[in-house]
Amino acid sequence: MSGAPVIELDSVSTVFGKTCVHRDLNLRVEAGQIVGLLGGSGSGKTTLLREMLGLLRPTSGQVRLFGSDLNSGDVAEQRAIRRRLGMLFQHGALFSALSVFDNIAFPLRELRCLDEDWIRRLVHLKLAMVELEPAHGDLMPAELSGGMVKRVALARALSLEPELLLLDEPTAGLDPDRSQNFVDLVGSLQQALGLTVVMVTHDLSTLAGLATHVAVLADQHIIAFGPKHEVMTVDHPFVTGFFGADRRKLL
Amino acid sequence: MNEPPRLQIESGKIVLSGAWTLAAMLPELTALRTQLAECRAGATAWDLSRLSRIDSAAAVLLWRTWGGTWPAHLDVAPLHREVLSRVAELPDEIPAAAVQRFQLVEYFGRLTLRALANLQGMVALFGQLILDLSYLARHPSDLPRKELFANIYKAGAQALPVTALVGFLIGITISYLSALQLKGFGADIFIVNILGISIIRELGPVLVAVLVAGRSGSAMTAQIGVMRVTEEIDALSTIGVSRSIRVVLPKIVGLTIAMPLVVLWTSAVALLGGMVAAMLQLDLSLIYFIENLPRAVPVSNLYIGLGKGFVFGFVIALVACHFGLKVKPNTESLSANTTRAVVTAITSVILVDAIFAIFTRHIGVPGL
Ligand SMILES: Nc1ncnc2c1ncn2[C@@H]1O[C@H](COP(=O)(O)OP(=O)(O)OP(=O)(O)O)[C@@H](O)[C@H]1O
Ligand SMILES: [Mg+2]
Repeated sequence: MSGAPVIELDSVSTVFGKTCVHRDLNLRVEAGQIVGLLGGSGSGKTTLLREMLGLLRPTSGQVRLFGSDLNSGDVAEQRAIRRRLGMLFQHGALFSALSVFDNIAFPLRELRCLDEDWIRRLVHLKLAMVELEPAHGDLMPAELSGGMVKRVALARALSLEPELLLLDEPTAGLDPDRSQNFVDLVGSLQQALGLTVVMVTHDLSTLAGLATHVAVLADQHIIAFGPKHEVMTVDHPFVTGFFGADRRKLL
Repeated sequence: MNEPPRLQIESGKIVLSGAWTLAAMLPELTALRTQLAECRAGATAWDLSRLSRIDSAAAVLLWRTWGGTWPAHLDVAPLHREVLSRVAELPDEIPAAAVQRFQLVEYFGRLTLRALANLQGMVALFGQLILDLSYLARHPSDLPRKELFANIYKAGAQALPVTALVGFLIGITISYLSALQLKGFGADIFIVNILGISIIRELGPVLVAVLVAGRSGSAMTAQIGVMRVTEEIDALSTIGVSRSIRVVLPKIVGLTIAMPLVVLWTSAVALLGGMVAAMLQLDLSLIYFIENLPRAVPVSNLYIGLGKGFVFGFVIALVACHFGLKVKPNTESLSANTTRAVVTAITSVILVDAIFAIFTRHIGVPGL
């Protein structure tokens, strides 16, 4: 693998008004890792993902993606970097005015060098990947169920074949069967493409099935980061509470 | 790991190497496509074993190059074959979405039907409003006081500065233009009649209606519309709060109350502007103007003006709420309905104004 880590957070602090969400937070994600980001509700996981995407500027500290700083550098370079990542937002963030098909096709069309037939095949491929029927392509986002919104959002995140995938609670709202399929899908994509994945999840089976590494966000910073089995044995109230009795089962 | 995608021909075989991914292909996409198109002719043997990566975009490209069938000889790692076979499983002919043809008759038909549906919706909303009002008359404690006052404040009090500014300028303009004409006839003192009648009876209410339709009407549609998009309206009714009493009624009643007051204010400021201009242009003193105003303009004109304000306020709010409730949960529909609300509100105001003009044509016109 080439040298620079895919994501590098360097003493990041985030303050909203008077509440401090992150204080002096460090994280290094190397290429090919699937990192599960754990943390209590409201601990700042979504905020951290937004900072990785460059949607939010940390109050202090640096965020580097693929070795370059998202908050500096020229526009063309930033766009090139953004094309290399896909994001699944916690609430889908589908374009409500576009149909499912157009939502998934949107990033592809923005490249302006693929023809319609190519785009159509790719969109149907993505739909099949997330187990949606081709007929679902004509629906509008408001006509989807919660789990379908998640799957369409995932399909859109995957449409540019990103090297880095950021997932905010990808399996929340999916039935166990579907979330298992999701685990298989991301797993096989990771093998075929060498993806790097950072996912926020509260679902133990997703975490067990997919993650190679686990990062735990508590007390405003990453209290533990490392391979799954190592983190599970960390002695911290959140970690013991989270894995609880299942700790052994997961190992 | 990240070598660019390459294509060579070695002893009759087409050999692909490097990373065939969308990101890697993009810089040299046209070159790659022409290369592939050239190969397509005779080649039946493909060696993909030296690929480092292949993603579905590249897989689709290859599959199309192969004309939708597996080539006779194919060397490929099992992991990569999986990617290709996913593409192979897709149906060959994927129908494009049907494009709607434009037809004039159909277009006008739809337009008419939509207008009728809107009319029906507004009548229904009006009926609902009357039901709600009669309910509130029996249960006065359920009156949404806070929302009502908030609406009067937003649509009325907060509109005062902008309506004053516009009214003042219009007053000056009309007075100045009329003064030029009147001077020619030596009929200077008729400026009082002209300004008084036109502003109090006609311009004040219509001016305010246009401003308020743009200001408060669009805000009402957008607010109700966003509440629909974010399902807040549904949340309200699950809590047992009637959306028409809590959301629609305060808006309509609030604007209906506030409008006549804003009209009064705007007409006054416009007259002031007219007076100032008359003073500068015709040396007509302010005192003279004010003393002669009641004589030149019968008071029924004021009532007509205020009555117009009342009705215009009601119409604007009704139209705005109707279109707000029609918003479908997507941003496109939100913007379309907001536009429609403003356009329809202004058009209906002008229409109602014309009706007013017809029915009040004998009232308040001073005999010369
Ligand atoms: N734009 C903002 N302005 C002010 N405070 C914010 C903002 N965004 C997030 N916060 C606060 O930051 C904290 C972290 O929010 P965040 O959405 O990152 O939580 P989370 O870890 O994703 O939680 P969950 O698991 O419930 O999704 C919360 O206390 C939230 O109130
Ligand atoms: Mg979150």
